Amino acid sequence: MSAALPSAALRAVAPPGYLHAIARRLRHDYVTLSFAALLVLTVLAACCAPLVAHYDPYATGLLGRLKPPGWQGHLLGTDDLGRDMFARLLYGARMSLAMGVAPVALALAIGGTLGVLAGFYGGALNMAIMRTMDVFYAFPSVLLAVAISGTIGGGVASGLLALTLVFIPSLCRIAETATSQVRALDFVEAAQATGASSLSVIVAHVLGNVLPALFVFASSLISVSVLLAAGLSFLGLGVQPPTPDWGQMLAGLRQAIYLQPLVCALPGLAICIVSFSFNMVSDGLRHAMDIRA
Amino acid sequence: MSHIDGSNAASHARAARLAGEPAADPRDRGGLRQPLLIARGLRKRFAVRGGLFGRTMAHVHAVDGVSFSIAKGETLGVVGESGCGKSTLARLLMRLVEPDAGELIFDGEAVGERTGLTLGELRKNVQMVFQDSSASLNPRMSVAESIAYGMRVHGATRDAARQTAHTLLEQVGLRAALFAARYPHELSGGQKQRVNIARALALNPRLLILDEAVSALDKSVEAQVLMLLRALKAQLNLTYLFISHDLHVVRYVSDRVLVMYLGEIVEIGPADDVYRNPGHPYTRALFGCQLDTDPRRRIAEAPLAGDPPNPVDPPPGCRFHPRCPYAEHVCTTRVPSLGDALAAPLHAVACHMHDAASAHTRAGDPPAGMPHAFRADGDASDARRPPDLLRS
Repeated sequence: MSAALPSAALRAVAPPGYLHAIARRLRHDYVTLSFAALLVLTVLAACCAPLVAHYDPYATGLLGRLKPPGWQGHLLGTDDLGRDMFARLLYGARMSLAMGVAPVALALAIGGTLGVLAGFYGGALNMAIMRTMDVFYAFPSVLLAVAISGTIGGGVASGLLALTLVFIPSLCRIAETATSQVRALDFVEAAQATGASSLSVIVAHVLGNVLPALFVFASSLISVSVLLAAGLSFLGLGVQPPTPDWGQMLAGLRQAIYLQPLVCALPGLAICIVSFSFNMVSDGLRHAMDIRA
Repeated sequence: MSHIDGSNAASHARAARLAGEPAADPRDRGGLRQPLLIARGLRKRFAVRGGLFGRTMAHVHAVDGVSFSIAKGETLGVVGESGCGKSTLARLLMRLVEPDAGELIFDGEAVGERTGLTLGELRKNVQMVFQDSSASLNPRMSVAESIAYGMRVHGATRDAARQTAHTLLEQVGLRAALFAARYPHELSGGQKQRVNIARALALNPRLLILDEAVSALDKSVEAQVLMLLRALKAQLNLTYLFISHDLHVVRYVSDRVLVMYLGEIVEIGPADDVYRNPGHPYTRALFGCQLDTDPRRRIAEAPLAGDPPNPVDPPPGCRFHPRCPYAEHVCTTRVPSLGDALAAPLHAVACHMHDAASAHTRAGDPPAGMPHAFRADGDASDARRPPDLLRS
């Protein structure tokens, strides 16, 4: 370590910031990048559905029912009411993606906050929050979602509420566990020893060490949410016909599976691809965010 | 209760300057003779919870009625077995743990009382270096951010805090250009501990609590960090509370030593006095455990049998009596008193043998002489003694 190191060399030694390091690692992770690109494409296509699809997703045609892909310009064929499958899949992606992301985001905000507070303060607050969460754990998640949707009626809003409630307990528990582990480390005590407020300590020292784990878990929940939302729609509790939604399309087409199996499988395939992509991206993110890797 | 002995602070300072003592610290409020910190009757019990509803089953007496003072500019060593309450004591002094009873007086001002020092002010003046150098740094903050955090909390601008952080890094012997942007996992144990010291110094404290701060380091690195601490003490006018289980290190760094057993002070006094002539049977046993580099001073028998009693249910009378070779009936019934531990230079021992008025058969006639490695007889041990490190 000579004193005469040129400043350029020093800059090369000094490592970049945290976000920069994540970006750099992601740039070389082609698998994650391709799945992320696939997701971005799906989102874009769903947003710009009217520009991409030539057919009206609601236009029925009695003569052209359950036609194979490519029939008379229908790129992916038609469904049991003669509606264009490609257009319906694109429009359905809007609802399915929203039902995948929105409940998880809401649950992350609510469950994450509750979990961090429970883990940081411990004691009676922890007891109150975590025991409440345990009550939700007593029911299987699908059953809970069905019960909630069934009680307050079908529709998008109740589906959203049901899925959010289903995801809160697990996110809360992960946040609580991670927080109480971080809480026990000396650097939190050192931060409190500077006279900082609890809020400041949580924001500056706890969240940074809790959020990565929480984000990764949440992103893996998105695929679960897409599937659960599809399940709710399939049972007639989520999105109501004729609004296109992948789960609801799957439900509608299941009787035609012997007549036109390829077309019937398409919504399932779409669900599969999207949830797999979310899983792959969340895996890649977790890897990139592990600063010691 | 503010400004104990503070009315004539100015005259003390003047007298001190005439006597050739170092110039008074501008932060000084109580005068040179006012102890920097007085702890009086500190007590902390932790609840042991169990059962179906987390009921309180018992209490661990972590720190039980501890009183002492730290003079300005001195290094007070704290020794004792694991679990004797050393770390709880450190956290009580910073009020990271709320005491159940007792008071703290920092430079003449009572802490936490309406007219006294607020917790925020106390924590600016008292900072701590923890044992685990890795766990005490946030893995997701760069070194400079970690150091700057405390200053940001106290209202420094981002630029000013970073500037000071760089200066502090240089002060603890790390080149800011190389280390400021690094993350803890990129540093060695010794470097991390230097960063921890820099972080503790960021608020310009007057008392630094070193809780086993060098215990986890390699011997060579430990020596370097001790040298650094000595240099910083002189430069920054610091006072140290040095907690360690390493008796050799404590002897070499401390002006005075405080020996704890099961949450109580059993002996306190000037380091040389305590080490040459330990008064309490526990202190004698503790020093008897020290290994010596001289093979002729090999330890032939265990100086102390058994584990310390469970602090949930400390023994009555003298807490050391179940393990004490000199224990008598009086030791099982009466709690020995330490006397006035707040009188700074006094060598005080909480043992009935040192109390001529007690009913102990050896009252006023305690066993003398040094056990083992710290024997005062041969001067060989003094010849091998390295130079003082942190003593003022």
